[in-house]
Amino acid sequence: MMLEAREISFQYEKNSRMILENFSIQVESTDRIGLVAPSGFGKTTLCKILAGYERPLGGEVLVDGKALSEYRGYCPVQMIWQHPEQSVNPRRRMRAVIEEGNQVDPSVVDGLGIEADWMNRFPAEISGGEMQRFCIARVLGEGTRFLLADEISTMLDLITQSQIWHFLIEETQRRKIGLLTVSHSEELLKKVCTKLYYLETKTWG
Amino acid sequence: MEKNTSPVLEIRHMNISFLQYEKGFRQVELPVISDLNLTIEEGEMVAVVGSSGSGKSLLAHGVMGILPYNASMGGEMIYRGQPLTRKRIQKLRGNEIVMVPQSTSYLDPLMKVGQQICKGSRDEEKKKKLNQIFHRFSLEEKVQQQYPFELSGGMTRRIMISTALIENPRLVIADEPTPGLHLKMAKRAMEHFRQLADMGAGVLVITHDLELALETADKVVVFYAGHTIEEANASDFKEVSLLRHPYTRALWKAIPQNGFESIPGIQPYVKEMPKGCPFAPRCEKRTAECEGEIPYRKVRDGYVRCLYDA
Repeated sequence: MMLEAREISFQYEKNSRMILENFSIQVESTDRIGLVAPSGFGKTTLCKILAGYERPLGGEVLVDGKALSEYRGYCPVQMIWQHPEQSVNPRRRMRAVIEEGNQVDPSVVDGLGIEADWMNRFPAEISGGEMQRFCIARVLGEGTRFLLADEISTMLDLITQSQIWHFLIEETQRRKIGLLTVSHSEELLKKVCTKLYYLETKTWG
Repeated sequence: MEKNTSPVLEIRHMNISFLQYEKGFRQVELPVISDLNLTIEEGEMVAVVGSSGSGKSLLAHGVMGILPYNASMGGEMIYRGQPLTRKRIQKLRGNEIVMVPQSTSYLDPLMKVGQQICKGSRDEEKKKKLNQIFHRFSLEEKVQQQYPFELSGGMTRRIMISTALIENPRLVIADEPTPGLHLKMAKRAMEHFRQLADMGAGVLVITHDLELALETADKVVVFYAGHTIEEANASDFKEVSLLRHPYTRALWKAIPQNGFESIPGIQPYVKEMPKGCPFAPRCEKRTAECEGEIPYRKVRDGYVRCLYDA
């Protein structure tokens, strides 16, 4: 399968700065692409467009040649957000986060080291690292074909960061899920990704 | 600043626990920090590094005397040779002892940021200093006339750091001052704390970002599940064999450039704390003795809380 952005452009308000201009990228199922760019370059915006949270002003997002907006039901492109505490409902137990996903396999929950006891806790009762594991499990349900990871490990300690990335690399490889990841740490991207793309110079590395 | 040979801050055997209601009126005491020891000398920058949920923020709140009502604290704190009592900290905080809080909600939402940083003072000197700080942080001058809700996350962060830089503090405690800042800005912020230290203040930076801490700090104190498990010189992190505790070594090996290795398991939750060494369940070298009392002992110009490694 292939996720493709074709000549997309985007701005949040009329007359404001163009965040993306005629930007194109292709992600194959076997790719792990790392995006490198300084802050304010529109990395998060790009992820939001590719996952269907925002519509581009110009250009289109295609999955296997078909426009993303034409897919019905579960979206094949899923996104993991930078701030897990802002992407879960504070009034529902952690179990609900997994239930929001599309039939998440128990092996995913196990593989991420989520313990049975955490399921009954509220978001305020677990740490950021534990919460991010739930958010990752949520997007690894059936039907996920592409995964976008936007600075998902900046708030984690080094060991947790390494644990989570090793799991994601193995899982996406096994299930042939294409991965696009954004991080300020080039060293991390070099370890995780098969290819790096430098937005500033529009070159591959 | 007059010469003072005693350390700026010395913390001996600090412990902090919370009283929490379980079912109905049954209360449990949760020990979040146990036997914490820390010394900050004049001109020294000490980084406390630990993962989220390890209790690092409480350390800052404990020193500043702003723990919530259901917390209790034990142990000794000595500030410049004298015990840091409740009365004394109330007098010193905000001028001699300043804190940069972690949560961005600590700013007054109804006060313009410029006034807030200067605490309402109209002193020309202070205004000049503020303009310099803003310039160094690439903040426009007009931001001084704005309210906190008008700022982005990264700007708020820089404003909070400015509140500490405007004073002439002797002790600075920064609690996770850099998240939300991109790498260049985070490094610049750390350099400012470094400058404060070079000018003679004692600086304590609490962070989860070991790599960033190593670039500027003199000493690194590693925190795990509420225990200080190692105190090392920043230079010890150049080579894994110089580190003392198995957890610190695992942290080192998890840095992408150093192999990106991981170890299984998670930091124990306060309610399920193992006896003795908190790291024992994840440690390859654990023995039956690890369930007993583990002393914090001096090894090679640093400290470690482990029976075996050194």
